Amino acid sequence: MAERGRNEPAHRPPLRGGPPGMPGRIEKARDPRRTLARLLPYLGRHRLLLIAVLGLVVLSTGLGLLGPYLMGLAFDEYIANRDLAGLALVSGWMLAVFLLGSLADALSGRLMAAVSQRALKKVRGDLFGHLQTLELRFFDNHPAGELMSRLTNDVEALNTAISQNAAALVASMLSLVGILVAMFALNFWLALASVIVVPIMFWFTGFVARYTRKGFRELQKDLGQLNAVMEEAISGQRVVRAFRRGDWAAAEFRRHNQEVCRAATYANSYALLLMPLTNQLGNLFVIAIAGLGGWLALKGLVTVGTIVTFISYGRNFINPLRQLANMYNSIQAALAGAERVFEVLDTPSEVDQAQAAAAPARISGQVEFARVRFGYTAGIPVIRDMTLEARPGQTIALVGPTGAGKTTLVNLLTRFYEIEEGRITIDGTDIRQLPKTELRRRLGIVLQDTFLFSASVLENIRYGRLDASDEEVVEAARLADADHFIHQLPEGYQTQLSERAGNLSQGQRQLLAISRAILANPAILILDEATSSVDTRTEARIQAALLRLMQGRTAFVIAHRLSTIRDADQVVVIRQGQIAEQGTHQQLLDRRGFYHQLYMSQFKGEAI
Amino acid sequence: MGHVLKLLPFLKPYWKKSALSLVLLVVVVILDLAIPRLVQHIIDQGILANDMEEVWRTFLLMLVISAASTLLAIGNNNFSVQVGEGMARDLREALFLKIQSLSYGNLDRLNTGQLLVRLSSDTGAMQRVVQVSLRIGTRAPLIMVGSVLLMFVTDRHLALIMVPLLLVTSGIIVFFIARMRPLFLAMQEKLDRLNTVLQQNIAGVRVVKAFVRAGHEASRFEAANEDLTARSIRVVEFMSAMGPALSACINAGIVVVIWAGGLQAVRGEATLGELVAFVNYLQTAIGPLMIMAMLANVWAAGIVSAGRLDEVLDTQPQVQDLPNAPALAASARPRVVFERVGFHYHGAKETLVLEDIDLVAEPGQTVAILGATGAGKSTLINLIPRFYDPTAGRILIDGQDLRHLRQDLLLDLIGVVPQETVLFSGSVRDNIRYGRPFAGDEEVVAAARAAQAHDFVLDLPQGYNTRVEERGVNLSGGQKQRLAIARALLIRPAILILDDSTSAVDVETETRIQEALETWMRGHTCFVVAQRISTVLKADKIVVLDRGLLAAEGTHRQLLQSSPIYQEIYASQLGAAPNGAGRDG
Repeated sequence: MAERGRNEPAHRPPLRGGPPGMPGRIEKARDPRRTLARLLPYLGRHRLLLIAVLGLVVLSTGLGLLGPYLMGLAFDEYIANRDLAGLALVSGWMLAVFLLGSLADALSGRLMAAVSQRALKKVRGDLFGHLQTLELRFFDNHPAGELMSRLTNDVEALNTAISQNAAALVASMLSLVGILVAMFALNFWLALASVIVVPIMFWFTGFVARYTRKGFRELQKDLGQLNAVMEEAISGQRVVRAFRRGDWAAAEFRRHNQEVCRAATYANSYALLLMPLTNQLGNLFVIAIAGLGGWLALKGLVTVGTIVTFISYGRNFINPLRQLANMYNSIQAALAGAERVFEVLDTPSEVDQAQAAAAPARISGQVEFARVRFGYTAGIPVIRDMTLEARPGQTIALVGPTGAGKTTLVNLLTRFYEIEEGRITIDGTDIRQLPKTELRRRLGIVLQDTFLFSASVLENIRYGRLDASDEEVVEAARLADADHFIHQLPEGYQTQLSERAGNLSQGQRQLLAISRAILANPAILILDEATSSVDTRTEARIQAALLRLMQGRTAFVIAHRLSTIRDADQVVVIRQGQIAEQGTHQQLLDRRGFYHQLYMSQFKGEAI
Repeated sequence: MGHVLKLLPFLKPYWKKSALSLVLLVVVVILDLAIPRLVQHIIDQGILANDMEEVWRTFLLMLVISAASTLLAIGNNNFSVQVGEGMARDLREALFLKIQSLSYGNLDRLNTGQLLVRLSSDTGAMQRVVQVSLRIGTRAPLIMVGSVLLMFVTDRHLALIMVPLLLVTSGIIVFFIARMRPLFLAMQEKLDRLNTVLQQNIAGVRVVKAFVRAGHEASRFEAANEDLTARSIRVVEFMSAMGPALSACINAGIVVVIWAGGLQAVRGEATLGELVAFVNYLQTAIGPLMIMAMLANVWAAGIVSAGRLDEVLDTQPQVQDLPNAPALAASARPRVVFERVGFHYHGAKETLVLEDIDLVAEPGQTVAILGATGAGKSTLINLIPRFYDPTAGRILIDGQDLRHLRQDLLLDLIGVVPQETVLFSGSVRDNIRYGRPFAGDEEVVAAARAAQAHDFVLDLPQGYNTRVEERGVNLSGGQKQRLAIARALLIRPAILILDDSTSAVDVETETRIQEALETWMRGHTCFVVAQRISTVLKADKIVVLDRGLLAAEGTHRQLLQSSPIYQEIYASQLGAAPNGAGRDG
């Protein structure tokens, strides 16, 4: 079967996970209280600011209650009694109260901006930092696209909730309580009539949310399928075209597109139901107050001023309720997102018991595998009982059919994966005793799948050694025979590479990866099919250069092409996780075994 | 803005629903505005006139209006959703078809990741614009205009006092909206940067770990993160001032109404009910205003998205059929001729990829193409199926210029195995018969046998029914290549193109594939790009490319005698040339 542990293809874009047209996915956190408790410390770092925000919110809420009260007072006390001086005075007070309230709002919003964005920054930073410490298995199990959408969408959901809702939530709750108290103090019956709106509101919200959630879940599924169809048809467009399957692909797309349209219409129709309904509740409130208030007023139980105050309170009462209803979904989504963020943060880091002190300053490059056993999945060994020795300065070629375990050996030597049995030593030190960073710093690796960053050619090569000067970069490129084609690029070394490296051929990408490894100046060089797409003449030149460069250093070379490995000091033929043959090129040819068979097939038995 | 207008035709099929939606909206607004007026009525004609019956009548009327308004608003919602989603669907389809019609030259410049983002998020942004415009985006200004009108109807004198205040409010809104768009764009840009760092870090995790660059990556991320945070704080701070500024204005208006109106009431020029209604109108006006300002964001995003969508929709495929291209007189044994063919990538005239290539492939011949990395091998063969058109010279099939033929008929003749293997999700069988979906099982097996895929396919858990995982991660490189070869063979092409498509296959297997090809492709033409001499040994003609030029041409034996480059290639793989013709011989 396939060799495991390759890079996932890199070009999956971060698809915005949400359905088009709606701000949030509607989900529920499994354990909202625990998630909230873990989230709070992120905000709590700015305790003083938070207290200030809270104070301002309380102040603004209080002022918001005072305003309508003064308004009622103006009607009942001053206008009704024709007290012009009093009217002017109370108007002045009202103005002061309103302006102060707005000021408090603006200030709390401003402070909250910094608090919430800093908290989000910390969440993102923690997440990224932790990601760096996770072992490769984690990345094997989580495809890049999935991880990416999790990290961006979930943090985005948190962002929406924190930056838009955190302060609003507190303010809404506070003003709700304050207004309730004020209303009951003013008039018990009118207040009671107002409160009836509350359960109706919650019932509506729950009702709508239930259907909306169902609708969006379905939409999510349909969208996922559409995305899959789209991604395949677009990234494979060249093949679709070459085989003339365009019509078929379009039909497939159309079918899924229609499904998405149907599901989105359904889900959004329900989601948007909430708006007119809560709007009308606002109206209903005013109507109820006006009707009941009118009746009570005629009985002489309330004054017109009280009704005016109540109608004014009404807005302040309904608005927070509406906000709470709207926030409900986005907070649920944020908590669900936070939960998944914490899930990543809770994934244990790579274990590394080695101590930094154990790392020797220089290593000579004596590498030994002793009875090494390993499998990616427990019980399915990929490497069995492997014993192998590379002396300093030797080039070891690893040959064998696909899936024999060659790349796995690289994965073990770099400690991308830990062996199950046996041991691997460098200069006699078990690599498990070496800190991973120290170990890898001494290895120069060109991986089978050439990954280049979207950056300039220069920066890509310099990735091998960050403090390298421009001249050193060019020198490394020259050694890897990449200098020539780089000069042909539109902007030479400054040419920006896109993720799939647009016009670069596979071979050119490999040359850049080799330049990068050369620049790293490693004690041990590992080339995993590093030149498979490079023509053999160029390869021969690179080899000659590497040979000079690697004088006195150890190299492991994995290749299919026998021309690549002919000059190795030792050829190790691997079959099914075990060493089948071992020796120099000539020795193995003379043995007329498996290697000989491989080699001779290059000539197809023809006399040439 | 211009970009948004260019997308307007996509709304055309939905104009009836859009119009209906807008009409409903207008009615809703009128009904909503009636409520404060009726409250005024209750106070003035009911309570103050001591008329209980009037109170109840008005109360019931308000209830009816409220119910009607709810129903109409729901109608407005549903129509707007249908219009928005329908348009988004059409837009996605138009984009998809456009992308499918693009040729290699276009695709080199638009990367697929970007295209996917366009399909999903940009159409989403447009759909939001439509939905918002048909609902709250129109409703808010309508309510505002209505409120102002009603203020004038209620009390012209008081309303006039409000005019400067309304002007100030509008000024504030315009100020915020104007400043908001660039701010949000800048923030989005920072966010994209951050996401790029993150994505590259995940995709390149092996390289990051191999070179011990976690610290470097963390500092890159920190820089982008800090950038984004600083920018976000500025944006959020700025935006947080808008709500309070607007409510301060409106509240100041309320105070003025109460004071000035109070004076009027004292003088008997206004009623209490009028004052209450006035305050109500002011408050009605402010809510939608704030929402509208928030919507400026949706519009800003929509304008950006529309620009990007237009860019794709306006892209002309670089390879296009002539208006009345003749059907290819399909010959099963075509003769392919390159006449002084030159090629350079779009916009890079100074670097010629191919220059002055003359080449003839007779029916039944196998033409092998060798050359250094970047010599132009893949480009050369990509010209045959018209994945690119040559920028100089011409290519003839059976005497006809390719550019005068219909590409779909041309592609019918050609089986391509690209350098980079792309498999689709589905079973192994479906992948092999991708080019001929209705091929029988025997044909699938025969093609798989020829491509030396049959044996390993049988070893897979479910044989030919095994699902190929996304991008074929459950298959090795060599296995994927062999499936791709089988796929090309199944269409029984008159011309087969193999672009270094056995690079991950071991030599032994490759030899067997070649032997099978000899029978399979008998009488047909093969173009083979290769690295290994062993791959090209038996070719009828070997072409050596060097920096875009045809350096040598001939059989293995001829080239071994005459071509220094070929000798070098030979030597690099098999040691010095045995017959003494080598460089050092």
